[in-house]
Amino acid sequence: MTSFRLNGREVSVETPEDAPLLWAIRDEAGLTGTKFGCGIAQCGACTVHVEGQAVRACVTPVSAVAGLSVVTIEGLDPKGEHPLQKAWVETQAPQCGYCQSGQIMQAAALLAATPHPTDAEIEAAMAGNLCRCMAYVRIKDAIKLAASRGTAA
Amino acid sequence: MNAIALSRRSFLVTATAAGAAFAFAAPAEAAGGYEPTIWYSIGKDGTITVHVIRAEMGQHVGTAIARIVADELEADWSKVKIDHVDSDPKWGLMVTGGSWSVWQSYPLYSQAGAAGRTALIEAGAKLLGVAPGDCVARNGAVVAGKTSIGYGDIVAKGGVSRTFTPEELAKMPVKPAAERRMIGKPAPARDIPGKTNGKGVYGLDAKVPGMIYARPKLPPTRNGAKVTAIDDTAAKAVPGFIKAVALDDPSGTVPGWVMVYGETFVAADRAADALKVTWTPGDTAKVSEADLQKHAGDLIADASKGSLVVNDDGVDAAFAAAKSTLEATYTTATALHFQMEPVNALAFEKDGLFEIHTGNQWQSLALPWLAQALGRKPETIVLRTYLLGGGFGRRLNGDYAVGAALASKAMGGKPVKMVLTRPDDTRFDSPRSPSVQKVRMAFGEGGRVTAMTHDACAGWPTEVMAPFFMPKGANGVAFDPFAINGANHWYSVGAHRVRAISNDLASRTFRPGWLRSVGPGWTNWAVESFMDEAAHAAGADPLAFRLKMLDATGRNAGSAPNAVGGAKRQAAVLKRLADKAGWGKPLPADTGLGIATTFGQERDMPTWVACGARVKVDRATGAAKVEKLTLVADCGTVVSPDGALAQMQGAALWGLSLALFEGTAFENGEPKDLNLDSYTPLRMTDVPDLDIEFVQSDLAPVGLGEPATTVVGPAIGNAIFNAVGARVRHLPIRPEAVKAALKA
Ligand code: FES
Ligand code: FES
Repeated sequence: MTSFRLNGREVSVETPEDAPLLWAIRDEAGLTGTKFGCGIAQCGACTVHVEGQAVRACVTPVSAVAGLSVVTIEGLDPKGEHPLQKAWVETQAPQCGYCQSGQIMQAAALLAATPHPTDAEIEAAMAGNLCRCMAYVRIKDAIKLAASRGTAA
Repeated sequence: MNAIALSRRSFLVTATAAGAAFAFAAPAEAAGGYEPTIWYSIGKDGTITVHVIRAEMGQHVGTAIARIVADELEADWSKVKIDHVDSDPKWGLMVTGGSWSVWQSYPLYSQAGAAGRTALIEAGAKLLGVAPGDCVARNGAVVAGKTSIGYGDIVAKGGVSRTFTPEELAKMPVKPAAERRMIGKPAPARDIPGKTNGKGVYGLDAKVPGMIYARPKLPPTRNGAKVTAIDDTAAKAVPGFIKAVALDDPSGTVPGWVMVYGETFVAADRAADALKVTWTPGDTAKVSEADLQKHAGDLIADASKGSLVVNDDGVDAAFAAAKSTLEATYTTATALHFQMEPVNALAFEKDGLFEIHTGNQWQSLALPWLAQALGRKPETIVLRTYLLGGGFGRRLNGDYAVGAALASKAMGGKPVKMVLTRPDDTRFDSPRSPSVQKVRMAFGEGGRVTAMTHDACAGWPTEVMAPFFMPKGANGVAFDPFAINGANHWYSVGAHRVRAISNDLASRTFRPGWLRSVGPGWTNWAVESFMDEAAHAAGADPLAFRLKMLDATGRNAGSAPNAVGGAKRQAAVLKRLADKAGWGKPLPADTGLGIATTFGQERDMPTWVACGARVKVDRATGAAKVEKLTLVADCGTVVSPDGALAQMQGAALWGLSLALFEGTAFENGEPKDLNLDSYTPLRMTDVPDLDIEFVQSDLAPVGLGEPATTVVGPAIGNAIFNAVGARVRHLPIRPEAVKAALKA
């Protein structure tokens, strides 16, 4: 049994300590907004925040988050109205949408650390997040839109 | 795993209940509503529920289709709801692919909307005590001068009951384009908010109480493998492992599969790794990419093989009489779908019905396979629809649903959630077949083009999965249109012959798949690269050379309703592209602009598209960097402008990704690149400038999800040639190939 904070709530999970956090979040805690794409930290679909840092839940063992705070897309903003989420809707960024939880969580970590990123900084931060629908143009536009409003940090 | 911590229990219960609500939400249909046709209903509260038979996989198809209805119905958009329906024979053919959705739905849904408007005006006029001719319908109400009555009130008062037969619907006149209030106007897509907050429910998120998990242990060959022994000693040591079962599949869809069950996915996953299975593999266990391509070359060399898709008189005579001829062979490598969501499905039996919960593009195709596999009548099986974490054609082939259904059947109909890992998904993919194409052209006096032949060989998805969709060629041999479309182009080339050949070794080795843009995604690699080569051989400008042949004569004149204007429209798109991209203007050293143009997917529903790629080549490494892609498309009426742009952006980048970043090879009967560590689709850093323009048009709307994919590869190849004089004839284009061509 591993305990940690998940979106502000104390949870205890029985998923084995050495198993990926991803499945504890999805199948045990029932929060399915975090997705499974590759399982080897190469697509970013499973991106969550651990103590504010973007991590790949598919390669993070449950034991690594014991006692820590984990935030998923469901917990990014109580109303789902984080500036990035709003910008995502305004730019109509998602296509199939499957990668987008991870994209938003990655972008949120970027803006928290670098509120006004350059294009190169955005590309560097987002390079690990694959969008198979290739919605990159709008994902980048959405990040810039949120950053321009200066409220995302 | 059964003793759930108290703190977690309430959390879990709430979360599960919420999940179930999303999964099973019944269409928001007020009881006693009015249903003018099966396609939508109007409730007493004025809510209009549009039934959409197409899968939502990123194209925002529900919004596009609902707006077609709402526009004709003069509905209040805020009261329109979208319902993605489950499989049911009443919907007819359920398929989402081939860029058909809007093209096929447009007449149907607009006439259905017009029918409802007609009936509501009649009924509303009666209730208002005026003549129907004095009424108009606007924004969800029937209006006569200063009085009006809302659609909901008309329905609530029981004032409307008229229904329409398909025959009546087909005759229903629709509004003139000038009267459109929604089509062509921007509107936020309804599926998007749920894709930004984790609430959208994909196949992977489907759940029911009491379900267990499963992961298949896949055989070494896609076809023909037989299980000889299962040793679960090591698997038994995995906590939560339930058991492993060799599936018995009368449909032959998942031969040699062993299903590994666990209390959790982690348990099933780990047990599958630990399980030892021995198989007698099928006879393709040693097949390599080179074997597949060699076999294709041999088949092309045998003139008796294949189907004659275009077969004009005089081809051989024209070649015999030619002043000069040109011949080139083009190849493409195996390409994976790599949709982000690995295939999965939840299956169980309940109240005499077998339910399959999964994201799928072609429910009508999977149902008979499921029926055969389960030994049940199709009426007792239902496919429940979810969001698709990418389709791109992978989910046209619902073979994974069969695996999940059999997994549940083997457990007595218990709910089983089957999930493939990424490497499983790749091994079980139905990839785009490698291909070989030989193209020839004959030139007469003054470089005039007098004849052309095109032989194309690849594994045929339609032959393997949907042979009933195969028309016959001029020689009576059936062919897969989705493995040759594109070769039957709109250029007037004199006598033309197109021969399509099925690579039987490919279809034995793997299940060939439809991949975004299907045949035209690789046939145009040959057509449009060759047009450039032919222009240079004839000493002509590649733009002028193409325009001269896009003369819209004979069969290329076009016809109503979908191909009005024919090749003239393709020529117009190409001219516009040339202007926009700056064709003929000077460029920096080692930088070239290449052009390509196609008619999209099918001659019956052409989307005219052209691309200019500006590419810089590094002579030392051979690396080609795409700096800018300019695209112009004429797809008739644009139903959702922003959605159309998104589709073009995605499709163009797919073309770029397939041209430079993707591609794998068969090795020992399987694709060699199983995950993102070695299969490397385009990332944000690789995105060039995109400049996309649509031709304004009121003509019939055609598809947009794929056409841009077809032009980018050849435009890049042609740009590389224009930059440094290196001609590449294989996709994907690797730096080594450019370097080799530079030396040649
Ligand atoms: S699933 Fe974790 S990075 Fe791909
Ligand atoms: S929106 Fe489909 S993978 Fe990104």
